[in-house]
Amino acid sequence: MTPRPIAKLVQGDAACAEGAIAAGCTFFAGYPITPATDIAEVLAWRLPQVGGKFIQMEDEIGSIAAIIGASAGGAKSLTATSGPGISLMQENIGYAAMAEIPCVIVNVQRLGPSTGRPTAPSQGDVMQARWGAHGDHPIIALAPSSVREAFDLTVKAFYFSEKYYTPVILLMDEVIGHMRERVVLPDYDTIERMERSGTVVPPEWYKPYENLPNDIPPLVPFGEGYRYHITGLHHDERGYPTNRLDEVQPWLERVFRKIDRSLSDILLYDEDGIEGAEVVVIAYGATARSAHHAVEMARERGSKVGLLKLKTIWPFAEEVVEYASAQASRVVVPEMNLGQLVLEVERVLGRDKVRRVNRADGEMIKPTEILAAIEEWE
Amino acid sequence: MKRLQRESRVHEKYLRHNKKFPNVWCAGCGIGIVMGAIIRAVDNLQLDKDDVAMISGIGCTGRMPVYVDFNTMHTTHGRALAFATGLKMVRPEMKVIVVMGDGDALAIGGNHFIHAARRNIGLTAIVVNNSTYGMTGGQYSPTTPTGVLAATAPYGHIEQPFPISELAVTARAAFVARSTVYHVQELEKYIAQAITKDGFSLVEAISYCHTTLGRLNRWGTATDMMRRLKEQSVTRRQCEKMSEEEREGKIIRGVFADRDIPEYTQLYDQIIERAQKEALRFPSNAKESLRFPSNAKESLRFPPNAKEAAQ
Repeated sequence: MTPRPIAKLVQGDAACAEGAIAAGCTFFAGYPITPATDIAEVLAWRLPQVGGKFIQMEDEIGSIAAIIGASAGGAKSLTATSGPGISLMQENIGYAAMAEIPCVIVNVQRLGPSTGRPTAPSQGDVMQARWGAHGDHPIIALAPSSVREAFDLTVKAFYFSEKYYTPVILLMDEVIGHMRERVVLPDYDTIERMERSGTVVPPEWYKPYENLPNDIPPLVPFGEGYRYHITGLHHDERGYPTNRLDEVQPWLERVFRKIDRSLSDILLYDEDGIEGAEVVVIAYGATARSAHHAVEMARERGSKVGLLKLKTIWPFAEEVVEYASAQASRVVVPEMNLGQLVLEVERVLGRDKVRRVNRADGEMIKPTEILAAIEEWE
Repeated sequence: MKRLQRESRVHEKYLRHNKKFPNVWCAGCGIGIVMGAIIRAVDNLQLDKDDVAMISGIGCTGRMPVYVDFNTMHTTHGRALAFATGLKMVRPEMKVIVVMGDGDALAIGGNHFIHAARRNIGLTAIVVNNSTYGMTGGQYSPTTPTGVLAATAPYGHIEQPFPISELAVTARAAFVARSTVYHVQELEKYIAQAITKDGFSLVEAISYCHTTLGRLNRWGTATDMMRRLKEQSVTRRQCEKMSEEEREGKIIRGVFADRDIPEYTQLYDQIIERAQKEALRFPSNAKESLRFPSNAKESLRFPPNAKEAAQ
């Protein structure tokens, strides 16, 4: 029944919206903001075609609240926004992490702080994606660097979100969101859709936040005969508020553990010519495109350069970065901000061999700027 | 006796006994009375507990869902209606009851309140209006009367209070009623009507906070404040016969709106039907979404740059 789009020229935002449809998303709530509005526009049109629902809420806070509510009802839910909107959403992103409710939040990053430069590209929300909501909480954030990846990683975002019962942030940037590229999208029937594990026990034995060996809470959607309580307060296995010290920190440790034990599943990255490379460039998002070009230029000029493109930004791929940089004498980290993910790279590798390439004026980093760092021009 | 038996049966059926009681509310508080009225209303309507959801925000009233045996959600401050909107959209068959305090619904959540009413989505909003922020200790709220003392108004409150029910009527809610925690049976009746109503319905339950605002203003004990609700409140009919001066400071009880307007999720089902019909008729159009994110024609008329420039 679903029309199968075999596209020629696709916009990044539209690819993200189609990725959501392909992943089985049936609910979107959002509020207009450039450069993320196109996702809402496509889904307002496409979701009802597949029996899903779209709503434009009164603000971004209402939007994320609505998708968490919808997800509690069992729908795969999505919202999309940009800088000012993602700042408004932080409290409820923390709520979703606390109550372990799956949802996907797309942040098409634009230059901040505040209203910033609408709508120039930026990668300035990397640290916010990790620590934007108050309190310790786990999060998964993915960053696409092409239109096809915007599609694929949206599918992945739903996959992780439903599998690990956690909010997932798709950290796009304006370049990817507004860019049009020639892509062929896969048949949606071939896409692996993750369904929530739920529970096997009858309602009378049911504990929604039971500590199971796999650390995944057996939450069942509302309305299916399992009546329970969801709260943003620290809660016990039954979901009821607790102040017991033997329940608070163990809960926190469990939600971190459910992500940390699955890093081999969650960490997505592409490596290119890492083996024997003297210089390794670590990049993500739109900047990875410039980095790719810079690496090719450097190779043409005879340098041994590798490229590590991170698709999973959070949790940070510590061991991948460590392994990829083991033989390199220099690591170059270009970012469209004043240095955010590079802090993580420096934490893992030390500051000696890390070179930063930063730009936070709303322009993309040029390949030559990265090349300069690779070849250490003075 | 019969009444007591019914009371204990309803408590047995609708309260969570695996949750440690007593509750968080102070002795003499009106919120428990509202909770009792809600579960009796649900019992009267013979709803299946699995089909009822109760969603709340933050504050004293926000703690209500944990005690009742429905699908319950205790959300963030002010956002209960927005969470409920999402749930109602994906589970339209569910009766979604949203309980909020006056600060929760009208201050931090005021925007969601008027828009949920305007949208006419089938939620039952119950606002327990005690004119203060009780949990944090008696600060002034959007419904605190002018002139009274509050923890954050030590020299007297200088703002005007929100008339919650009148606001909901103006925001085009389908059903609006106000009662007090003294008039329990009336409250129960209104809540049952609100749950039955197709569309956004609001029941404003006037309550009090004797431990914070009452203490600061020397309004006496919970019993004294309950008596004030009895003496100060009038029905709409009584009110019509009163002069402007007599109405001053009175709580007007009654149904303020009961209109039949199309409910949001039902309207949305028509959209789904139409979209699916069109997708079948013009399958090639679906591809256009990829090339022109809005709609092909619109996007040609308003090139993306013009939209950005307008930002």
